[in-house]
Amino acid sequence: MGTSNVVARTGNEAMAEAMRQIDPDVVAAYPITPATEVVQIFAGFVADGLVKTEFVPVESEHSAMSACIGASAAGGRTMTGTSSQGLALMAEMLYIASGLRLPIVLADVNRALSSPINIHCDHSDTMMVKESGWVQIFSENAQEAYDNMVQAVKIAETSKLPVVVTTDGFIISHGMERIEILPDEDVKKFVGEYKPENYLLNIEKPITVGALDLTDYYFEHKRQQIEALKDSKSVVISVGKDFEAKTGRGYGFFEKYKLDDAEYAIVAMGSTAGTSKVVIDDLRAKGLKVGLLKPRLFRPFPKDEIAQALKDLKAIAVMDRSDSMNGNEGPLCLEIKAALYDKGLNKILINYIYGLGGREIKIDDIEKVYGDLADALKGKKIDKVNYLGVRE
Amino acid sequence: MATKKPVKPGWKELPEGDLIIGGGTAKEFKTGDWRSKRPVLIPEKCISCLTCWIYCPDSAVIVKDGKVVGFDYDHCKGCGICAHECPVKGKAINMISEREAKKEGKV
Repeated sequence: MGTSNVVARTGNEAMAEAMRQIDPDVVAAYPITPATEVVQIFAGFVADGLVKTEFVPVESEHSAMSACIGASAAGGRTMTGTSSQGLALMAEMLYIASGLRLPIVLADVNRALSSPINIHCDHSDTMMVKESGWVQIFSENAQEAYDNMVQAVKIAETSKLPVVVTTDGFIISHGMERIEILPDEDVKKFVGEYKPENYLLNIEKPITVGALDLTDYYFEHKRQQIEALKDSKSVVISVGKDFEAKTGRGYGFFEKYKLDDAEYAIVAMGSTAGTSKVVIDDLRAKGLKVGLLKPRLFRPFPKDEIAQALKDLKAIAVMDRSDSMNGNEGPLCLEIKAALYDKGLNKILINYIYGLGGREIKIDDIEKVYGDLADALKGKKIDKVNYLGVRE
Repeated sequence: MATKKPVKPGWKELPEGDLIIGGGTAKEFKTGDWRSKRPVLIPEKCISCLTCWIYCPDSAVIVKDGKVVGFDYDHCKGCGICAHECPVKGKAINMISEREAKKEGKV
């Protein structure tokens, strides 16, 4: 492998750069804030002849995903990008992409869902489609967004499942960071050539895609899909290991930050994990044993591994940047609770719904969460679900 | 005597992604069992112009040696386009109700 280039890139630029290096056969996309730049910058690469990609500008996100499905079924390496309402409009087709086992890669820049209308970050868009059968990977920063996009292609094609890679809208998508970018030839070598087993343009081996599947076969096909999603866990690990061998940047199901000897910890996804690390360093300097678990893979949810990583903690705060609208916990907290229950771990577990519609989450807020955990350990009663940063 | 039903493949044996491998498989999926009307050929009137064969949306007009010989009732949906498009005066294709056909023992 050649030497990495250190560059300054926003999250959107980093994702577009990964797409340029991957040079997919087809990108079909429709613009939406804050993800517009991902495909806008990529469209520039197409116009400048830097990639061989067929760029399909469509009239909606539903059509974007439909075109991606057609292109992928035809045998092309296919990518797209969207956000919020765009992902919601794609929802119907997302299920079709995963059911047909098409390895499409989607860059989703997390943004709140309407209503009320809002363009800023929360995770409600990705959470809305968490049951759609896509592998879901969250990124903390622009470096991870770039690295995850490169890995997503291999994860998707090996497991024959579509993969969505997320960044936090504006916070990461529009924030400029120092990142390391691989040489083009290294990315090309890493993702390799896409050789699908069955595809529509193979006239030597005709196939039917998307046939009617009633009471006698639907269940078997869904069972297959469920198994493929379970199996994708080992693919995520092996692709992460390959990537680490080439870049020195390791990726697994989650990142543990000062967690192993921690007494209490936060579980947080996306950019908030970065803010938490700053707070952890400050609190550690004061002698407090605090840590962080940052899930990277949200679908499939690595339940046993996460329970194992949390088993020695005395108290846990789960940070949810969206609400599940079940009248109780947020979606991440539900997963964590289920994981702990199955291991017989009954712990102090406090849920914080935070950052909806881009509401800032600051160092003070995270400090308060660690403070609550410390109080809870001393016997103070803390609400099971809290709304952090909302005006009362 | 009851015949044993063929065992359908389990989930591990099926091609992934709801694919059907191989071409021309629509032939094996018989879709013509819910017609309300069926076309019946009147051979003495038919001039084998093949207009019905061109128009049939289900490729259910059977042609042998350049002549229309009948219909594939496993795939015909009874839409009546063949009879409507037949250019012969008085029509060489009759649409009759399935009930009528069954009464006459044509099933």
